[in-house]
Amino acid sequence: MLKVQGLSFSYHRDKEVLKDISFQLDRHDILCLLGPNGTGKTTMLRCLLSLNKIKRGSIEIDGVDLTKASARERAEMVAYVPQASEMAFPYESFEVVLMGRIAHLPTGGNPTARDKAIAYEVMERLGITHLIHKDFNRMSGGEKQMILVARALVQQSRILVMDEPTANLDYSNQVKILQVIRDLAEEGYAILMASHFPNHAFLACNKVALMRDGVIIAQGNPEDIVTTENLTRLYQTPVCVTEAVLKFTRSVTKVCVPVMV
Amino acid sequence: MVKPIGNKKYGLTIAILSCFIIGLFFVSFLIGRYSIHPRTVLDIILSNFIDIEAYWQDDLDLVVMQVRLPRIMLGILVGGALSVSGASYQTLFKNPMAAPDILGVSAGAGFGAALAMLWNSSWWQVQIFAFVFGLIAVTATYLIGSVFSRHEITVLILAGIVVSSFFQALLSIVKTLADTDTQLPSITFWLMGSLGKGTSESVLLMLPALGISLAVLFIFRHHIDALAAGEDVAATMGVNVQLMKTVTVCCSTLMTVSAVSICGIIGWVGMVVPHISRMLTGSSFPRLIVTSFLVGGSFLLIIDNVVRGVKGVELPLGVLTALVGTPVFVILLSRVKKGWS
Repeated sequence: MLKVQGLSFSYHRDKEVLKDISFQLDRHDILCLLGPNGTGKTTMLRCLLSLNKIKRGSIEIDGVDLTKASARERAEMVAYVPQASEMAFPYESFEVVLMGRIAHLPTGGNPTARDKAIAYEVMERLGITHLIHKDFNRMSGGEKQMILVARALVQQSRILVMDEPTANLDYSNQVKILQVIRDLAEEGYAILMASHFPNHAFLACNKVALMRDGVIIAQGNPEDIVTTENLTRLYQTPVCVTEAVLKFTRSVTKVCVPVMV
Repeated sequence: MVKPIGNKKYGLTIAILSCFIIGLFFVSFLIGRYSIHPRTVLDIILSNFIDIEAYWQDDLDLVVMQVRLPRIMLGILVGGALSVSGASYQTLFKNPMAAPDILGVSAGAGFGAALAMLWNSSWWQVQIFAFVFGLIAVTATYLIGSVFSRHEITVLILAGIVVSSFFQALLSIVKTLADTDTQLPSITFWLMGSLGKGTSESVLLMLPALGISLAVLFIFRHHIDALAAGEDVAATMGVNVQLMKTVTVCCSTLMTVSAVSICGIIGWVGMVVPHISRMLTGSSFPRLIVTSFLVGGSFLLIIDNVVRGVKGVELPLGVLTALVGTPVFVILLSRVKKGWS
């Protein structure tokens, strides 16, 4: 579905921030992009959203060159879930969600009953209809993140790009968001998320890419890639990947913990 | 099924505001040096459309049609224009403090217009000069602001103050150069802000610029609304951000300029009215643009009625809007500061 090949990007002529990045994302995929701060994860996402103009390489969606698409066409292919932040003014959350329909509105037209129905259905599916009339700026971080996911979904594109969807969320909200992400992938969405939590790769993702200094140093399925050696190399600090046995469910899950020596 | 989200309440509010401004329109004819019976006012206005035998003196016709009507129309149009342009700047810059006067647009336009007046230019030249310098001023404010910080609300405002002061200084130079007998008094009085120069001609001249700007802003209302979510986010939702920014700045500036070049610098309307409007019908720009126009028109008309109603002196309009606007702004600031942060 999404195919990135040999992508390079630089803010200044002689210093490349992203170097020769290639990966592929198909329907039902959840790709987790891991890496230390300032390594180019967000820059990478911005390239996919055409907020940054790539220097070399190609981004194709089903064979269509994304870099040549108009803002409207791109919005119909890729939707973005930013980190939860404030709106400049007090907006009702339904107004925020409905904004996602902009690419589908005719010039000068208002959202139709159908647009509103789509927005309502999405909110219903995410179980957040009780937030409809709430002031977006006064909601909790978890609620905001859900609203932003809803806004991306009403855009009705098949690829979702998420920038640290679980940042600043407590465990219960992290799990809620990850559950939503997994459900969406099952439905056929392709999801790319940047994250600071390697654990999420085990919890929700079927693909992972490790990025350091603008280069993908390893990618593949989480079982093979998220290892003690790789994470230690990635973060340049000792990280241990071990197994946790859950007594309640008698299941075994992999976990990553940083080690202080 | 989908609930109509706040549509009923919005419709009702707009209906009430429309009735209010229409009522205010007629009541405003009764204020002034000549007291005229309401019945007579109505008949004089109607006599332009249907055949009514004139039972009033000719000079009353003149007072109603040539003096009060244009002034009232101008009050509504200028108030509406400044408010919509304030609402647009605020949404565009994601900044609750933005307004034509705060961003330096008014000062820039004022300087441009005064410069043109100094050369005894035609009305069109005055407009063009005002527009060009208004545009230069807001661009300068935006550039200075973004050099230091794109996110700090106060930085843009400080940049606006700097640009404003710069053009005020240039304006002072123009005043020094102006002919003290003929040009200076008219420039000075015009700058204080007044609807007194309202003639049918000036209303007609203002309408195209205002109409086009309002129409363009209205067509792109949903795209401009998305800018409140942030430029990058708006871009990912399918908005051509650069185009929308240019369109919004040009339309808002054109509206401000067409108001300034006729009525001088009228402060505070453009900042305060959008906030009152947000309290009535919410922040969504498609609604805000309509509400702001109605509230702004009513607001300035009421204040101008006070100006005309006070016997003996003609207070400068800009002074009164500042007197009313500043405390209202402080109250708003304390009430909604949480929603801004």
